[in-house]
Amino acid sequence: MSKIIELKDVNKWFGDFQVLKDINLTVSSKEKIVICGPSGSGKSTLIRCINRLEEHQKGDIVVDGMTLDANTKNIEKIRSEVGMVFQQFNLFPHLSILDNCTLAPIWVKKKSKKEAEELANQYLEKVQIVDQAKKFPGQLSGGQQQRAAIARALCMEPNIMLFDEPTSALDPEMIKEVLDVMVDLAKGGMTMCVVTHEMGFAKEVADRVIFMDEGSIVEEKPTDQFFNNPENDRTKLFLSQILN
Amino acid sequence: MKLLKKNIEKLNLFMENYPKIGIYFPQFLIILLLGIVISYFSMNASTNMAARGIETGFGFLANKASFDIQFSLIDFDSNDSYARAYLVGLLNTLLVSGIGIFFATVIGFFVGVTRLSSNILASKVAEIYIEIFRNIPLLLQIFFWYFAILRLLPSSDNSLILFNFVFANIKGIYVPRFVWENLNHFVYGFLFSILAIYFFVSFLKKKQEKTGVQVPTFTTSLIIFFTINLIVIYFGNVGLSLSYPILETNRGLYNYMGGVSVIPELIALAFSLSLYTSTFIAECVRAGILGIDQGQKEAAASIGLSKGQILKLIVIPQALRIIIPPVTNQYLNLTKNSSLAAAIAYPDIVLVFAGTALMQTGKAIEIVSITMLTYLTLSVSISLLMNWYNKKNSIAER
Amino acid sequence: MNFINWSKKNLFANWKDSLLTITILYLFYVSIPPLLNWVFLDATFFGDSKKDCTGGGACWVFINVWIKRFTYGMYPNDQIWRINLAFVIFFISIGSYFFVSSKIKKYIFIFLTLVFPFLAIFLFHGGSLGLEEVETRVWGGLFLTLFISVFSIIFCFPIGVLLAMGRRSNLPVIKYFSIGFIELWRGVPLITVLFMAAVMFPVFLPSGTNLDKLIRVIIAITLFESAYIAEVVRGGLQAIPRGQYDAANSIGMGYWKSHLLIILPQALKIVIPGVANTFIALFKDTPLILVVGLMELLGMVNMAKTNPAWLGLATEGYVFAAFVYFIFCFSMSRYSLSLENKLKTTN
Repeated sequence: MSKIIELKDVNKWFGDFQVLKDINLTVSSKEKIVICGPSGSGKSTLIRCINRLEEHQKGDIVVDGMTLDANTKNIEKIRSEVGMVFQQFNLFPHLSILDNCTLAPIWVKKKSKKEAEELANQYLEKVQIVDQAKKFPGQLSGGQQQRAAIARALCMEPNIMLFDEPTSALDPEMIKEVLDVMVDLAKGGMTMCVVTHEMGFAKEVADRVIFMDEGSIVEEKPTDQFFNNPENDRTKLFLSQILN
Repeated sequence: MKLLKKNIEKLNLFMENYPKIGIYFPQFLIILLLGIVISYFSMNASTNMAARGIETGFGFLANKASFDIQFSLIDFDSNDSYARAYLVGLLNTLLVSGIGIFFATVIGFFVGVTRLSSNILASKVAEIYIEIFRNIPLLLQIFFWYFAILRLLPSSDNSLILFNFVFANIKGIYVPRFVWENLNHFVYGFLFSILAIYFFVSFLKKKQEKTGVQVPTFTTSLIIFFTINLIVIYFGNVGLSLSYPILETNRGLYNYMGGVSVIPELIALAFSLSLYTSTFIAECVRAGILGIDQGQKEAAASIGLSKGQILKLIVIPQALRIIIPPVTNQYLNLTKNSSLAAAIAYPDIVLVFAGTALMQTGKAIEIVSITMLTYLTLSVSISLLMNWYNKKNSIAER
Repeated sequence: MNFINWSKKNLFANWKDSLLTITILYLFYVSIPPLLNWVFLDATFFGDSKKDCTGGGACWVFINVWIKRFTYGMYPNDQIWRINLAFVIFFISIGSYFFVSSKIKKYIFIFLTLVFPFLAIFLFHGGSLGLEEVETRVWGGLFLTLFISVFSIIFCFPIGVLLAMGRRSNLPVIKYFSIGFIELWRGVPLITVLFMAAVMFPVFLPSGTNLDKLIRVIIAITLFESAYIAEVVRGGLQAIPRGQYDAANSIGMGYWKSHLLIILPQALKIVIPGVANTFIALFKDTPLILVVGLMELLGMVNMAKTNPAWLGLATEGYVFAAFVYFIFCFSMSRYSLSLENKLKTTN
């Protein structure tokens, strides 16, 4: 399996505060990794660096063979192959769900309206909200909105999907419907990097689990080993708090 | 004391048993009071007006105005009626408001966007501009520009000459008047080009929907516009010459004839209105753009949209929704503020009608009412328009 | 080293930014030195007549000589101490407000709102108790500006609150009366209202009664601004969740009690910025009274500049007036901003 994401000695500062310290990480194609850790550990920043929503100051990031730097052409190309799902959904409130999904295929991939809508309906069906296609985000529940956001990201047919705490803003009864969609996606073979606290999801789907604390990767293990045999004390502490 | 308390208790009990009284009695009371106040005022008014020998009624509108108006968009002389004078004033108000609104919007948007610039110097300068022109009373700004600067203009025999055909002096700024030949050809051609652009752009849009191919609509529209109009001008024999202002002496008075004059009052008023209102519009624009959640831009970037596309498809549509209602309010304020024209003798509706006409006829009630009614109509219609626009564009929620 | 890096990032990040920075710096270079020359370096500050202004710059002598008129209008010189006395009392009360215990604070508040207005009017107008009468006709300058602003603000606020409540009332007569009243004043320019007060209002009073022009003007401005206050307060009332009204009613509070004790305190806190803006706008609108013949600060400047001994100094006069208004308005808006921030954190 080829390496699709490579982070080498990545460091990032916000002013004087160092938020990422010597990050080294590789993700192979079709691999699913879960990143967990306490708040402020830098896990969101890490995945946001992968699609250049945040800029790293030191180190290299290579995505699908392309180096991430100030070159805009590269950035735009990488972004059309990497999809992202946000904690706050960030659907465009002035467009219908269908339009939210067809926007990028039409304007970036230059598809015709018909093609884009067919594609959108296909993915909306996959996340099971195709009947809400003509509605606006404000008219949907949180769980429906997040699933729509996933469909929107999928419409660009990315090779990699990044998830930044996708269920943290949802009411408990809606978390399952979103996790189900993500499990489905994982089983379909998508490369996924998921920042989350949902350990049940991690156990079911992740190949590797990564624990971050204070900007560094503290522990990185295949899923079974991570949960059954954590080495580091901080990992053990975190797991005991989360899994109680 | 005890008797009073007992009576209040009785009243409260009575009110509880007949709750409708609590509803109808206050209203009845208000209507009664209003009626008394209105009749008191009306009685006084009729006595006073009769004592001055002034009849009430709107018949005076047909009478001869017997005064001249310094600046008018339509023909007017002292033989025209008061009604026509009202019309002249109204047109002048709309003219200065229209010019003010245009420039206030342009400057306001520019300053508002600059205020958000990443260039710290530019953003500070914009902030200083806003604070200065917002915190000085509009009337003072009008006076300043009018008296202090325009009075630096020389007298008519000594005019400032720009480019050999713009003459500026104390009576006004004279620019050449356009004299058209075959203007109708040009107008038809112009309208035709607009229609052509409209249809062509719709065609291009449909094409994009069908095939996904994007054609730059802005550039194409420009090409169509210029091609069609140039063809019409050449083949339609459309001619344009300028009638230059020429200095003539008439009984020792110097005057420029043959051009178009713009009086300094209009310039000063339009200028100050634009600067003053632009500060408020700039703040509206800033609020609108800041009001767009950062997450929107991130989401748009993450699905691969370019910076220009993000602006066009995501930020501006949402920002406009936030910006347009308060900006329309500012337009209304500007229109009302144009009434300050009275202080520098620009013949707007207040000066012409509620000023000169009122002084001549003494019909205070009729004239002030008509003037206030005019502004009310303008305000209410713009409010209604705004309500309709808001409803139409409101983002659907559950 | 740091400054260079900072400039590179913030001023010269790309070619568009650099162009902008350079253009702005050039404009500064062209405009600021001449301005400084005119205002300070070449200006004349001391003297007693126009002839003393010899430098090429501003003739601030004009302001020096006229400052009393600009501040007090045509108030007789020997009676000016009365105005000063009133302001001193005012500032002492406000100043001590911050340094005394809360019990005394209450008395100071009552004094300021109920007693001081009458005391001030008596001091300014006189007419009995050995104080010479000074007609409102001669009141003017900054004193008049502040007088009108303060009194209009005091009265327009409660009227505005009542109108806002009236507009939300369930009783149709009260509701439509409030709506009509509010939209009427908001739809017309202040100048027409002032004309109405000056010209039309006397017609409605029994012939012979002569309501002082100043009083008519204050009434006009008060009614006008109360409509704007009403709309601002209405926004605050709408923002209070339904639950508050329900809770107040459920513990047995009627309409007035619930509004006075529960709803209004919350609503008014929310609308402080809007109310402050309306007050600042009121202050900026006071110069309009010169079209009906009352000479507040701007009116006095206008009058002074036409004085034959001081022709051609309009610019100095206007710059001075602009400076005074700017100081007041800018301070008020900064204060309201800090008030807003302070309340945000305590909530």
